[in-house]
Amino acid sequence: MFDLDLWREIFQSINKNKTRALLSGFTVAFAIMLFTILFGIANGLENTFEKFFIRRAENAINIRFGTTSKPYKGLQIGRQIQPTSADLIYLKKEFGDNIEYISSKISRGYQVKYKKQKGGYTISGVSPDYQYIEKAEIEDGRFISLKDIYTKDKVCVIGRLVEEDLFLKESAMGKYIDLEGVQYKVVGVYSDGGGDSQERVIYAPYTTIQRLYLGNDDIGNISLTYNPNLSVDQALALVKDMTVKLKNKFDIAPNDQRGIRIGDGVLNAKKRLDNISSGLGALIPIIGFGTLIAGILGISNIMIFIVKERTKEIGIRKALGASPKSIVSIILLESILITAITGYIGLLIGVGILKAVGSSLERYFITNPSVNSSILLTATIVLIIAGAIAGFLPAKRASKIKPIIALRDG
Amino acid sequence: MLKIHQLHKSYPIGDSSLHVLKGIDLSVKEGEMVAIMGSSGSGKSTLLNIIGMLDEADEGEYILDGLPIKDLTEKKAAVYRNKFLGFIFQSFNLINYKTALENVALPLYYQGMKRAERQELAMFHLEKVGLTDWAKHLPKELSGGQNQRVAIARALAANPKLLLADEPTGALDTKTSYEIMAFIQQLNDEGKTILMVTHEEDIANMCKRIVRLRDGIIMEDTKVTQVRAEQYV
Ligand SMILES: Nc1ncnc2c1ncn2[C@@H]1O[C@H](COP(=O)(O)OP(=O)(O)OP(=O)(O)O)[C@@H](O)[C@H]1O
Ligand SMILES: [Mg+2]
Repeated sequence: MFDLDLWREIFQSINKNKTRALLSGFTVAFAIMLFTILFGIANGLENTFEKFFIRRAENAINIRFGTTSKPYKGLQIGRQIQPTSADLIYLKKEFGDNIEYISSKISRGYQVKYKKQKGGYTISGVSPDYQYIEKAEIEDGRFISLKDIYTKDKVCVIGRLVEEDLFLKESAMGKYIDLEGVQYKVVGVYSDGGGDSQERVIYAPYTTIQRLYLGNDDIGNISLTYNPNLSVDQALALVKDMTVKLKNKFDIAPNDQRGIRIGDGVLNAKKRLDNISSGLGALIPIIGFGTLIAGILGISNIMIFIVKERTKEIGIRKALGASPKSIVSIILLESILITAITGYIGLLIGVGILKAVGSSLERYFITNPSVNSSILLTATIVLIIAGAIAGFLPAKRASKIKPIIALRDG
Repeated sequence: MLKIHQLHKSYPIGDSSLHVLKGIDLSVKEGEMVAIMGSSGSGKSTLLNIIGMLDEADEGEYILDGLPIKDLTEKKAAVYRNKFLGFIFQSFNLINYKTALENVALPLYYQGMKRAERQELAMFHLEKVGLTDWAKHLPKELSGGQNQRVAIARALAANPKLLLADEPTGALDTKTSYEIMAFIQQLNDEGKTILMVTHEEDIANMCKRIVRLRDGIIMEDTKVTQVRAEQYV
C-alpha cells in the first residue's frame, strides 16, 4: 500500500541531509555510469560485426561452377561443369529445410541504353528468392516474380543508381530500357545497403536470359541462404555435405578444388568473429556485474554509516513508539530511492557520454555504441533491487538498535 | 499505576559486571509526582529507563498499569511506549531536521493518526506550552527552555498515562527550570502521573514524593509538601 506519510518522512530525511544522500548516490551513479558505458561499447562491437554482413544476408553462400582440374572416372581434365534448373530442384529436395532461399544467377555485362543515356551494367538472371539473398530493398514496383519465371517475359528490376544514371530525374517505372537491342520493361527499382556497385545491377528472370541468350537450361551459378537457425558449425557441415554430394553428382574428383567451389569464407570469418564476440559477450557481463556489485557494496557501506549517524534519531523514534518495521521501511526505502534516482542519473550520464564520443570510436571497431530501452528498463529494475539489497542489512541493524543505547547522552 | 518488586540490573564491564540496581521495590499510584534522587552513578537513569521500557531488568517484577512487563517483543514494546509513556530528557532529544511542530506530531504519526489531525493536535499542545509562534522553527533556532517545552509538548501529544523525565531541568538555568517545573506541576494537577530524576533539592521539593537511591537500593522514600513553582516565575 502506498503510504504517503512514510514517503514524506523519507523525502524529508533525504532533503534535510543532502550531503549524505549525495555521498551515497555518487558511488551508485558512478557504478551505473561505468556499467552503461561498458554495455554500450559491447553493443558497439557487436554492431561492427553486423556491419560486415550487411552486404548480403549473413547466411548467404554462393556455389560457383568452373572447369575440373583432375581427371576422374575416365572423364577428362578441364571439363566445364554446367548446372541446370534441375539442380536447383535437386538441392532443394536433398537439403530441405536447411536451405532457406535458393536462386540461380546468370551474370553478364551488357551495354544498356535509355534515350540518350547509356552505360555498361551487369545483368543477372535470377529467381524471385534472390531478393532475400541479396537483401535488396524494393523502393518502387516489385522484384522478379514467379510468374515472370514462367512467362519468361522481358522485364527487369533495376538498382537505384541505374535509375539515377539512365533516367536522370525521371521515374523508371514502366519504361523500357534497351539491352543490346532487346527492350526490357522496368517493373521495379531496388536499393541495397551493400554499396554503390550493388545498386548498379539489373535483375531479370533467369528463364528470360536462358530463352534469349543461352537457348538451353544452364543456370550459371547458385546462390542460397541456409536456415538461419543453424549454428556456424552446422552451416559449415552443411557446406561440406553439399560439396560432396554435388561433386558426386557431377562426377568430379573428391579432391578437385576447381570444379565446384562453395564460398565458405564468410562462414569462416563469421566463426572467428563469433568467437571474439562470444568472448567479449562473456567478459562484459562479468565486468558489468562486478561494477554493479561494487556499487551495491558501496551504498551498503554508506547506509551502514548513515544508520550509525542516525542511531540517536532512531532511538528517539523508538522511544516515541516506532515499530521495528517502520524503522526498516525508512532505511530501506531511503536506500532504494537514493539508488534508483542516482543510478538513473548515472545511466543518463553514461548514455550521454556514449552519444558524445560514439562516432569517434569507429576506428576502434566500435560502431554506434548505445544501450536500448529494454536494457534501460532492466537496469532500472536491477537498481531498485540493488537498493533493496544494499539497504537491507543496515535497515535490519537499525531496527535492532536498543533505544537506551541510542539515547545515552554523548 | 506501576509496581516494582525486587528489581535487579547489572551491566557487563569487560569480564566482570557492575551491579547497578540491587533489589528495588517501588509502587507509584495514579496522579503521583515522584522525584528520584541520588548521587551520580547511583542508578537513577537506569531505573527510569527500565520503567520506560527503554531498557530491560535482569530480575524482578514490573507491572505497568496492570500489565506485567517481561520479555516483550520489540513490536509490543513499541505499542506500549507509544500508548502509555511520555519521555522528557535532559538533552531534549528532538530530531534536529524537524520543526517544533513536526517533532510534536511524531508520536501521533506512530499512532497512525491522519496528517491533518495530528498537525492540529500537535499545534494544540504547542499552544499549551506557549510556543505557537515557534511551530515552524527548527530546534537549533530555539533556546534550551523552548526546546524543553517542545519536548514536553511532544511527550504530552500522545496523551500518555505516565510521564518520565530524566533531569528535565538539568540543562537549563534556574529561572527557566522553574518555568518548566511550573508546566510539569500543572500537568500533574490535571492528573498525569509523573516520575522525574533530578539532582537538585529545590526541584525535588516541587514534587510530592522523593525517592532516594544509594548503592542500588532505595534508601529513603518520603512524602513532601509540594513547593509551587509559579511563585518563582
Ligand atoms: N550500558 C551501560 N554499560 C555499562 N555501564 C553502565 C551502562 N549504563 C550505565 N552504566 C553504569 O551504571 C551506573 C549507573 O548509571 P546511571 O546512568 O543509572 O546513573 P545515574 O544515577 O543516572 O547517574 P547520573 O546522575 O550521573 O546521571 C553508572 O556507574 C554507569 O557508569
Ligand atoms: Mg542519569
